[in-house]
Amino acid sequence: MGDQLATGSRRGLKPALPLLLPAYLWLTVAIFLPLSAMVFFSFMTDLPLAGKEWAFTLGNYAAFFSQSLYSTLLLASLRLGLEVTLWCVVVGYPAAYVLAKVLKGRSREAIFLLVILPFWSNGLVRIFSWAMVLREGGILDTALNAVLPFKINIDLMYSYPAVIIGLVHSYVPYMVLTCYLTLQAIDDSLLEAGRSLGASRLQVLKRVIIPLSMPGLIAGAALIFVPVVGSFMEPRILGGRTGTFYGTVIEDQFVAVFNWPLGAALSFILLAVVLIILALAAPVLRRAG
Amino acid sequence: MAGVQVANVSRSFGAHKALDDVSIDFPDGGFYALLGPSGSGKTTLLRQIAGFDFPDTGRIAIGGESVERVPVEKRRIGMVFQNYALFPNMSVAENVAFGLSVRGEPKATIAAEVQRALDLVQLGKLGGRRPHQLSGGQRQRVALARAIVTKPRVLLLDEPLGALDKALRVDMQIELKRIQREIGITTIFVTHDQEEALTMSDRIGILRDGRLVQEGPPEEIYDRPQSEFAATFLGDANIFRGDATGNGIRLPDGTAIAAASGASVAVGTKASCAVRPERIRISTGAATAGADIANVLKGRVSKRIFAGNNSTYFVDHDGQTLKVIVQNSGAERLAEGQPVVLSWSSESTVLIAA
Repeated sequence: MGDQLATGSRRGLKPALPLLLPAYLWLTVAIFLPLSAMVFFSFMTDLPLAGKEWAFTLGNYAAFFSQSLYSTLLLASLRLGLEVTLWCVVVGYPAAYVLAKVLKGRSREAIFLLVILPFWSNGLVRIFSWAMVLREGGILDTALNAVLPFKINIDLMYSYPAVIIGLVHSYVPYMVLTCYLTLQAIDDSLLEAGRSLGASRLQVLKRVIIPLSMPGLIAGAALIFVPVVGSFMEPRILGGRTGTFYGTVIEDQFVAVFNWPLGAALSFILLAVVLIILALAAPVLRRAG
Repeated sequence: MAGVQVANVSRSFGAHKALDDVSIDFPDGGFYALLGPSGSGKTTLLRQIAGFDFPDTGRIAIGGESVERVPVEKRRIGMVFQNYALFPNMSVAENVAFGLSVRGEPKATIAAEVQRALDLVQLGKLGGRRPHQLSGGQRQRVALARAIVTKPRVLLLDEPLGALDKALRVDMQIELKRIQREIGITTIFVTHDQEEALTMSDRIGILRDGRLVQEGPPEEIYDRPQSEFAATFLGDANIFRGDATGNGIRLPDGTAIAAASGASVAVGTKASCAVRPERIRISTGAATAGADIANVLKGRVSKRIFAGNNSTYFVDHDGQTLKVIVQNSGAERLAEGQPVVLSWSSESTVLIAA
């Protein structure tokens, strides 16, 4: 019986090989090789270009621990990731709920399109259009002063809130999509059963809907938190001087300072920290899910 | 416990009248079946009583208290859903405890009440299981325990046996009836299965196109249907159509059908007579019309279906096919194509106004 199963599965793998091969070939070429090169770089004193001298070193990793600037920035980036993720939950979850449980047919499709739209627009265009909205004398400033009877000065440009706004805008579709999928899978009769048992709408939300949609919340949070911690475009353009984060420092190493080894080392430290955080959070999140 | 009164309730969805001026008095402690084909409005009516939806017009009262604008969670009802709707993120015990814990009952009370409810549905040992680890019949029992543990005023059941296979369904019918008697709760049961309605309930309401067609005890509806629809939807019936004669009807071929009960219909107007297939006697010899066999018809067997304990004969008479059910008593079986004489009493015949 066991033998039959084993040969059966072996026979099942062979025909699947041609199907798997392209994906694995692509992953090897596109991700594994460059990443290995980066690991290699991160242990070098300088780039092996134009006959420059280089040697192996741990100095790039040591730099992270010897200069408090890096860990301070990493903490700031982690805090940024946490805040953006929270705002995405606050903004995205109710939208996903309305899409999955309230709207039907045409109106659902239309609203869905509005949510997905930022996904399809170019990231730079998205960020620069926020710049036009947020700057002093910009669209938000002008609109508010046209409505309000008193004069106010909205100058959110080059500030922490501007970075948050831009990042939330970019990443909220992930939260909407993952939560929408899990919310949609919840049978309406479960919500009706809850209320027939005397639970208010709020109690049904707390005890039935949120626990059942936890997998979507967790998936959305992971999809948002990880890239936001390493983000550099929104902080640089919308944050200006206040927009120095761990991600922008890494970008500087690659683009401005041309110190690839340090940039690579900082990247892998970030990767390690994020993996540790996710690993620590996993048991807690699994229990919640 | 409390009775439920539904008075002149109407509910439309767009142009569709799902409920049209329905009035039913559900007696306190009774088991009432709402019977009808799909789209008849039976589930809509149940949802009005539950409070998931409010009527456009009309009154609904539970225990004498008007509730037609009271939301579900304040109506103190218990409901069992067609798909059971157990919370998949909770254990069996947590499912049953849900209604008590949202009311903020103390933990010790909840534990005791949950155990009592699970014992009542004979699942006392399965409190720790998850719903997906249970069989269909067990889920059904959990859903029932969850619905009654809060001591609701009325128990609403939406086709709760629909998803079970035949053998299990019969078991659950008996079980459901036992539990209902034991706690004496007013129960309203939606079904499209006439057999289920007949065997379980002490009153039946038949709905069609959003209207109440007839209601009363099962025996009364079965013996004295007031419409062709009621006669054919609850059980099987042979329907004769003709002109009213004062004590029955005359068929187009001149045969008179005598009916001892039913509506009073003016002589000469269109009317029908309904006869249950098991009330008709079938024979090969000549049967003379007497006091107990007022009605005699000649015909020819077109088909016989053998079903073990009984046989169904389809008999052609003047272009109409009549159904006769005969208990298998060991007597001679009739062949297809054989000429036969059908006879039945006027007491077995119900006159129905067109």
